Parts: sequence; structure tokens; C-alpha cells
Amino acid sequence: MITNAIGRAVPEQIEGYGRVKPFAGAFNTPPDMKRAAPAVKMRRPGESKLHGSLEEVFRAIPVKDGMTVSFHHHFRNGDYVLNMVLDTAARLGIKDLTVAMTALFPVHKPLLDHIKNGVVTDITTNYMSGPVADAVTRGILKRPVIMRTHGGRHRAIECGELKIDVAFIAAPACDDYGNLNGVMGPAACGSLSYAMADAEYADHVVVLTDFLCDYPLSPVSISQTRVDYVVKVDAIGDPKGIVSGTIRSIKDPVQLRIAQMAANVIKASGLIREGLSFQTGAGGATLATAQYLSKMIEEAGVTASFSVGGTTSFIVNMLNRGLLRKILDVQDFEREPIESIGSNPNHLEVSVDEYANPFNSGCIVNRLDTVILGATEIDMDFNVNVTTGSSGLIMGGSGGHSDSAAGAKLTIIVANLLRGRLSTVVDKTLTVTTPGESVDVLVTERGIAVNPLRKDLLEKMKAAGLPVKEIGELKAEAEKLAGVPGKIKTGDRAVAAIEYRDGTIIDVVRQVLD
Amino acid sequence: MSSLKPSQAGTLESNDIVITVGLGSKGEGIVIEMQSTVFAQYGEQIRKVIEDTVKGQGIADIYIKAVDRGALDCTVRARTLTALSRAGVEIKEGQVWS
Amino acid sequence: MELRRTLMFVPGNSPAMLQNAGVLGADSIVFDLEDAVAPREKDAARFLVGGALRTVDYGSCEKIVRINPIDVSAEKDIAAIVPCRPDALLVPKVNCAEDIHQVVKWIEASEAPGQKEVKIVALIETPLGISNCYSIAKAHPRIVAMALGAEDYTAYLGTQRSDGPEIYMARTMIVNAAAAAGIQSVDTPFTDVLDDEGLVKDIAFAKKLGFKGKIVINPRHVDAVHQGFSPSAAEIEWAHRVVAVIKLAEDQGTGAISLDGKMIDKPIVERAERLLQLAKVLGLEGGQS
Repeated sequence: MITNAIGRAVPEQIEGYGRVKPFAGAFNTPPDMKRAAPAVKMRRPGESKLHGSLEEVFRAIPVKDGMTVSFHHHFRNGDYVLNMVLDTAARLGIKDLTVAMTALFPVHKPLLDHIKNGVVTDITTNYMSGPVADAVTRGILKRPVIMRTHGGRHRAIECGELKIDVAFIAAPACDDYGNLNGVMGPAACGSLSYAMADAEYADHVVVLTDFLCDYPLSPVSISQTRVDYVVKVDAIGDPKGIVSGTIRSIKDPVQLRIAQMAANVIKASGLIREGLSFQTGAGGATLATAQYLSKMIEEAGVTASFSVGGTTSFIVNMLNRGLLRKILDVQDFEREPIESIGSNPNHLEVSVDEYANPFNSGCIVNRLDTVILGATEIDMDFNVNVTTGSSGLIMGGSGGHSDSAAGAKLTIIVANLLRGRLSTVVDKTLTVTTPGESVDVLVTERGIAVNPLRKDLLEKMKAAGLPVKEIGELKAEAEKLAGVPGKIKTGDRAVAAIEYRDGTIIDVVRQVLD
Repeated sequence: MSSLKPSQAGTLESNDIVITVGLGSKGEGIVIEMQSTVFAQYGEQIRKVIEDTVKGQGIADIYIKAVDRGALDCTVRARTLTALSRAGVEIKEGQVWS
Repeated sequence: MELRRTLMFVPGNSPAMLQNAGVLGADSIVFDLEDAVAPREKDAARFLVGGALRTVDYGSCEKIVRINPIDVSAEKDIAAIVPCRPDALLVPKVNCAEDIHQVVKWIEASEAPGQKEVKIVALIETPLGISNCYSIAKAHPRIVAMALGAEDYTAYLGTQRSDGPEIYMARTMIVNAAAAAGIQSVDTPFTDVLDDEGLVKDIAFAKKLGFKGKIVINPRHVDAVHQGFSPSAAEIEWAHRVVAVIKLAEDQGTGAISLDGKMIDKPIVERAERLLQLAKVLGLEGGQS
């Protein structure tokens, strides 16, 4: 064990992963390698890419024991492709696969059977929730799951650390030569960001579609030049799981209170000005913050330059009303943004490389003024856990959390101080996902806390009359109401390693024993 | 306390707790069966609050089932008192709140 | 000065809402034992509200409990709640001064020696209560405010709530009686949660009539009500000018004083001073203070 820069004990070596570089600070481990590259390919005129079945493609590649197969999660809990591919692998008797899926959801429960029968032995992902996450935390895999950030996954692929043998890309629309997009067809999902690195760097690229179009398809998100196989299947995803319908506006008065305060923090920091850039999420208080922020932008008579990240209809509405100049989109949650990205030239699909990769010549999050993020736990050093829940089970992961936090000038965490009886503010988070050095302000229903590293902000918040408290005071307030919580007991074995965006290990998740 | 009748109080909403009072056998003491969404963090505390509340009413033998959804101590106490009162205990308020 | 711009209702049998009631910004929280609690849960709500009052820190919020009507279970509610030290009781369906006398007797029977006196807010929601509202307002020094409950009132009248004419008289009667008795008047809640524009209009109208605050049944209305019942920048400026003009007149020993062509007399000076005091409490001063 070695202790990293935020005081977490991490192993020196992880089986199947290699030597651990301990986290040394958000920007203290610069790259020292060349970009990795897959083999150069050729196609002769007249050759067809279209195949009748997945099995045919498996044999043509051929897919072998021990390979790494990759997937993307734009269909979220409506995804059919991962289960379909692994069922095929199981039928063909393939073993020891590593699944590199950008995020795993409850719909991927059949993966557990493929782990039990040896088809899958390793997982790497940026987020997981549901039965697979539970089983992983209880120790179903021999080796730890490697959990990355969205930007960090791209980096790992580009630096040759995550080598993908076969990428399976779910394409809402595709022609027979592999040009594809996410905006057409019954399973339209909008942006296809998360699949782009896989298409660029995998040895073999397989596209599954249920909406085969005439050649040449337009618009094109991923081009024929990177696609080797196209398979038509009955359905690649359940539209109901892809599009959450219209995300309902937040009614919970406590969350609204938090959101309003978060917007006031942005205002107090002086960022409501011409050209403001921001990122907000789709859930709870972060979504509501966007609504208050939008009102402030309108009242100030300024225009925001861009919004980045997952996109909601609310953000599209800001674009359409002229409050926002561009949307830089990696993922869409509703029908409106899917339609907008397909039709509005100011609504742009960007790759994860452009969005959040820390090791290129500059990614979009570096240009963010402010990002509003959530937290399951936050500690006295402002370290944030969005990976494990109150029982120690994995129920999330960074996704873009650490990336945007590192990039933005003002990173705001919005969270209920008390969720039920549990305090969000704790002495030490069970797991660290995002380091405290990239978190600036915590906003709760019982006041806000400013990271002591940001004395400049503290002055501004006080000057604006916001209810500023020490983070320790918030913890004490929570404990006064709820009592001091007992510690949850975990085993010693690491079931997941949390890789920071730069490829260092920031923490590990320990096994939950029942 | 042979005059107690089975009773219940509380709901399964977040921050609440359902307390069910059953008949305890003489000499078996205070038996508490418990489930909680925050068992790891607050299981012992919830048990203690229920036990203290029951003892505060001078009850020695009772069976209580608690299904907790993250209730604060004051809620655990209030629901226990309600269930006891509905079971037929005449509540002595003075010994209840410290 | 006690601020009662918002009296925010919280259902008495909901632990989650009792836990968070203090963070929603209201001046006063009203823990409701009456309409928000089902008849067979009244006992549970009494224990729950009592426990919350004794253990949860509600900061600077005033803690008010709405008990059940006098002819229902007010006595039981008072006996259970008063020892838990609420700041005030909201007494529903007050019809006459005798109702208040009865409630005061029950409160006195339950108050511990040395306990901070439990105040009364009278909720007027019957035609008889409206007819008697001045005598109710004057019934006892414990009464600090009088509020209108228009839903029940219009039902008793045999009409329906509309855009306001049916409760106009009740509103002005209450404002007048409260002003005459030197207590605060609190307006009936705005009940349409989807009509933000209507809310703002309703608040502005209530303020114009002379109400000092409003009952709030949706926490999302708190900010709008506070905004409506707080002095505007123009009002504060006007008040500063009134005070300045008076001071000048006093210094020079002038008799009749006017500002912008209007006579400034004692009630106007008092209103200006009250306004400035309120602005000071709310941290809204500025200008020449």
C-alpha cells in the first residue's frame, strides 16, 4: 500500500492493471508517452461490410478468449446491445472477455450470468448502478473493476492503456458502408460522443443498427473510414429507456432552495456576464439551478457562450430563446435535444476527447466558467464521493464529474445536507471520486461552505450576504439533528480502483461483506 | 402489561418509521426486531431510543417491530409513544423528552 | 419588531417536512394539527410535532402550532403542545372573544412556571368571526396577529372563491380590526400553485389593503410573499425623505410641512418610521441611513 496525495491508501500493483501511479494532485502527473494507434486497414472496391448476424461477425473478426470488447451507454437503461453481444459470445463459447462499457445500468443484469459462466472476467466502466454494481462490490470478480472518468477513459484509450480489441457501436441510423448518426431511427439518442474514441482506436469496429439507411447517410457522426462491420438487428434499444420523457421540473422545495442559492453563488462570484459558460446536470438541484441561472442571465441582459455536457430540453430552450449561443453536446436525455442536435447548427455534437480529455492540447471543460455537480458525500477537505452509497455499494461513478470539476473556474457542489437521516458532509468520505482541490463551493439547504483554498471566493460570498459557514459547522449541524453516524464496515479486498482522469489512482472501493 | 393490545404507528415514507407493538411474554423483557435503511450508521441508536422510550413508560415485557426509513430520534420516539398509547399505555409525558 | 410576512403551513404528521421546515426561509412555521392531519392520526401528529418542537432547531423561525377547533380537540392539543414551548398557537375558527378566553385558560393550565408566554394568532374563517373580529382582536394581550381563512369563510357564505370580491369585505374588516387593536393582520393563502402571475397580483393587492403578511401553503411561494411584503427601494427612499424633511422642519421650527406638494402629518411620519424600521430588520436600508 502507498498513500496518495489526498491521504488514501492504494495498492502498489493491481492484478490485470499493472503498477499503480498514485494520485499526486489534479495536474501533477503530465503525460510522457506517444498516442497509441490501431493497425492500418484497407478495403477493396466491391467488398461489403454488411453481415447477416452477430455470430457471422464474431467468426469473421474472429473474437477470441481474453479480448476486450467495448460499448457506449447513450441508451442508458434502454440498451439492448451489450446483452445481445455477450449472449452471442456465450453461445460461441468465448471466455475471459473484458467488458469496457462507458456506463452500466440495471438493464445490464444479464452480465452477471456471463460473469458466473466465465464469459466475462473483467470490467472497466465510468459509472455503474444496479445489480452488476451490487455484485461487483460484493466481490463477484477476481480482479478490481477499473472505474474512470469520461475524459480519463478517452485518455486511457489514446495512451494505449485501455486497448480495445472489438468496439460494438449501437447506431440509431447507419448505412451499409458504416456511416452512422444518432439522430434518426426509432432508437434516436442524439449525440454519440462516448462511442467516438472506440471507433478511432479499436482494432475492429462493429456497428449494430435497427435502422439501415441508403448510402450515403447524412449527417454523419462516425464515418465509414473507421467502421469494419455493419449488422442489422431487430432493435438496439428501448426508446422508453433512452428518453426519459420530459424531465419534470423540480417541485421539492428543499432542492429549489439549494438551486436558488447555487445560482446566487454564481452571481456573487461575478460570473453572470457576457459570454458565461456553464455545465449543469439533469437531476434534482442541478437541473433546477439551470432554471435560476437562466433567469439571472435574462435579467442581466447577457448571453451565455456555451453549455457543455448532457443536454436537457431546458438548455435547448435557452438556445432557442437566444440566452445561449452554443450547446456542446455529449449526451441527450429528452426528445427536444435529440431533435435540436439534428437540426440546429448551433447545437453541436462533440467528442469526449474534445469535452474532457486531460491529455490533449486543450479540452472544453478547461473553458468552463462554472459547473454544478452533485455529491453523495463530501468531506472536510471537500473531497467528493459519487461512487459508493450509504451501504458501501457502488451506485455511480465519476462520469464527467472529476473532469468538469478540474476544468471549471467555479465548481459548485449542490446537495441536501441531510438525505433522510444521512449527512452528506462527513469527516472522511467512504470513497473519493473527485479531489477536494477541484471543488470550490458546497451549497446545502442549511448554508454554503467555501473551500479554504478559495479565499477570494469566500470574500465575494460574504460580501453578497450569502449564508457562509465552515464545512465543519455544516457537519455539526447535521449531526445535531441526526446524531453521529456509526461507520460502515467493509472488507479489505479492493473490488474497484478509481482512476483519476490523468491515469493515477485516487482511491479504491473495498468489498462489502454481508 | 397483559392489558396491552397490538397496535401500530408511523408510515414507510422517507424519514419515518413504522412501530408495531405486539404482546411480550412476561419475563422475556423488551424484544425489538428492526429493519432500517440506515442500519449500519444508526441501527444501535434507533434500538436505544425505542428501548429508552418503552422503559420510560415503565414497561418491562414487550415485543416491538420497527421498520425504519431514516427517522430522526424525535420521530422514533414519537412513533413509539403513539404505538404504545394506541396499545393502551397511558403515556407519562414528563419522562419522555429530555 | 416581529416579522410575520409568511406563516408557512407544514403538515403535522409528516416527519420529512418537520425536519426541513426551518430551511425554507419562512418567517413563521405553522405546524398543522388540524386540516392536514387525518382524524385517526391526530394522536400521532401531537407526539410528532411535540417531539420536533422540543428537539429540532428551527433557527430564527417563529414556531406556531395550528390546533384543532375549540369544539373538537383544542384542549387535548394545548395540553400536549404548550409544554413543548411553541412561540404561538394558531387557533382556527375563532367566532368570538369568549373562544379566545377559553383557549387562554387552557394555555395557562399547561404553561410551566417561567415558560415564555405562548402567544395566540386568531384564524378568522366564519361569518360570525368576521362580524366579531374587532372584539376578538382585543380579547387578550396574548393575541399578536389575526389571519383570514378564506376557503372556509366562502363555504360558510355559500359562495365560491373567485378573483376576490367575495372576500373583499372580510379582508378589509380584518385589516381594520387588527390595526385598531394594534396587532398584525395576515392574509389568506393563495392556493393556485401553477399561477405565478396571479400570486404576485394577489400579494400586491393584500399589501395594498394593509395586510402585514400572508399564510403560505406552498413553500415555493415564500420568496414571492417576502418580496411583496418587504419595502421597495422607492418606499424606502420616500421614507428617508419624509424623515429628513421632518428633521429640517424641526430644526427650523416650521409649522406645516409638505413633501412633493403633499402634507406630511403625524400618521405619515409614523408610517415612514415603521417602514424604515422594517427595512432595517430586513437589511434593506441604503441611501441616507
